[in-house]
Amino acid sequence: MSVTYIDAIHRAQLDLLRERNDVFLYGQDIGSFGGAFKATKGLQEEFPERVLDSPISEDAMVGMAIGAALSGMRPIVEMQFADFSSIAFNQIVNHAGTHFYRTGMPVPLTIRLPCGGTPGSGPFHSQMVETLYGHYPGIIVATPATVSDAYHLLKQAVELDDPVIFCEHKFLYRWLKTAEIEAKPLPLGVARIARPGKHATVVTYSAMVHEAVRAADRMAAEGWEIEVVDLRAVKPLDMDTVLASVARTGRLLALGEAFPWGGVTAEILSQVVTQGFHLLDAPPMRLNAKDTPIPYHPDLWAAHRPTPESIIEKLRELLNF
Amino acid sequence: MASHSPASSKAGIRFDSDLKLRTLKGMILSRTLESKLSSLYKAGKIVGGVYLGTGQEAFSASLGCCLDQETDIFAPLIRDQAGRTAFGEPLIDATRTYLGSVLGPMKGRDGNIHRGRPRERRPAMISHLGTSVSLVAGMLMARRMQGQLSGVVGATCVGDGATSTGAFHEGLNLVAVEKLPMVVMVADNQFAYSTPRDRQFACEKLIDRARGYGVHGTELDATDMSACLEGVWKAVAAARAGEGPQLVVGKLLRLCGHGEHDDGSYVASQLRESSIGRDCLQVGIEQMIEQGLASPEEIVEWQEEASEMVQEAVARAQKEPTPDPYQEDWRALSEGGMAS
Repeated sequence: MSVTYIDAIHRAQLDLLRERNDVFLYGQDIGSFGGAFKATKGLQEEFPERVLDSPISEDAMVGMAIGAALSGMRPIVEMQFADFSSIAFNQIVNHAGTHFYRTGMPVPLTIRLPCGGTPGSGPFHSQMVETLYGHYPGIIVATPATVSDAYHLLKQAVELDDPVIFCEHKFLYRWLKTAEIEAKPLPLGVARIARPGKHATVVTYSAMVHEAVRAADRMAAEGWEIEVVDLRAVKPLDMDTVLASVARTGRLLALGEAFPWGGVTAEILSQVVTQGFHLLDAPPMRLNAKDTPIPYHPDLWAAHRPTPESIIEKLRELLNF
Repeated sequence: MASHSPASSKAGIRFDSDLKLRTLKGMILSRTLESKLSSLYKAGKIVGGVYLGTGQEAFSASLGCCLDQETDIFAPLIRDQAGRTAFGEPLIDATRTYLGSVLGPMKGRDGNIHRGRPRERRPAMISHLGTSVSLVAGMLMARRMQGQLSGVVGATCVGDGATSTGAFHEGLNLVAVEKLPMVVMVADNQFAYSTPRDRQFACEKLIDRARGYGVHGTELDATDMSACLEGVWKAVAAARAGEGPQLVVGKLLRLCGHGEHDDGSYVASQLRESSIGRDCLQVGIEQMIEQGLASPEEIVEWQEEASEMVQEAVARAQKEPTPDPYQEDWRALSEGGMAS
């Protein structure tokens, strides 16, 4: 019996609903239908008062959740796709994100964003949005790459008193499996070494962790030992783990599925260069998706995002410097 | 001007002479405070902006007085000093926030009308119009899930300009879908900053939208304090009685600029001179005297009391420390370990 990434998200919500009376779920089609990705399947049956269908109103969904969070509840909002959170952008960054600083009253709100590309999903059902929310103060951004992290980070997000953007990658939903969810979670805000190595460090998060590990596995055949750091959350950014890894390897590739201008990979480079310039044996590098909207056709899509091949190519450049 | 507790019961606030006088007193206090704030701004004592509710006091104070300060929720907007005062906000919260006292509810981190005490069911508005509609809906839905909704009313105010936003539409639709005990007040004050109504929407009357949303609608002459109070009271009572969401549109004219930096010269003089340009405070004073509820001497007495209270609140806030960047904790998250 194995557990998939989407199972873990389902189970975290079920456990939260059972453990805490203040948790409720709000989103489009999440009630009897069970959600577009079935992350809430059967939950309304057990918790009819706390699993609520919303209108197609992302702004109002988040506004409502902020109000409920200010009144003693712990809402989990499901955006049907991360891309649609743009409609709720104002409520997230200007209302939820500013609230604690302005008033001293935190907003314990979790927003689940099914993000990232899958073949055939096109420009509006594929985007990575962690950079947008990470840019604003007052918001935590979790980016689980593993089944266990999908479970534990979601539970931790709800326990936190601050707004959490929970970026769950759709590509991992059913493909990624584990025998059982790890019993002891790492805290949110701590990165992990997904694969140890000594010749170069790849810092990444979400689905790209698996592409980086694939690339590293292939390069191992040639004798290269590539370390892969899984950030687990992009805000806060665990620079201690990143810098320690760069100290071991002397070489850095920051990898992300998001668009290339600015963003998480640029932030990592910026922080490594300013805090750990002396640790570097080669200019640090970045690899992101292409600077176009995300294409529909699977052949175009597969070349738009980083692949093990493009990661290997970049790593060779880095190692040959 | 001794403040006293409103006559309330499980059924809500009673419609009586006490309610009328509380409303008028709230309007007087608000006008007095705002007049002082305007002077302070013009004297360079307030940084940023000052946004007044001149001409909207009857509409706003009516709501503040009809809500129960102990249990109801009120999310005010830019022109709701009168409603804030009527709902029990101490004057010192206003003066501290405008003058940047570190002892105020916003500690100098936010200013002017962007203030509130959300723990006391008074959310602190953000500048983005319409966002409070869904916010209050969420506060009510939380109470529903907690089994605490009975007898509670939530309310928020917007202007005619905010009705053009997506947030207003999404919010009011959600309120209607959830059949919440909520009152959404629209001050149809003819201008959104400088933009007149005919560049804002094409329907003849905003109140016609109530039917489209599936909520009850009430249109009021908000320059007529007595009629306005009665209409708002009925809407609040209906929401409390389980009759569903209430959209209340008050017809009035903003008798000031958008802020004190704006002279409002785009407002045509015939509009100012029309019945919609009446000053609701003057009308209210005359009505209370005509109805035998107040004498001209009492009105003057209340105005003098209001001046003293305002002077005291301003003087106190002016003596208080302003925020020190070196003492500021610069934390946007409540979870200390999460700061990065």
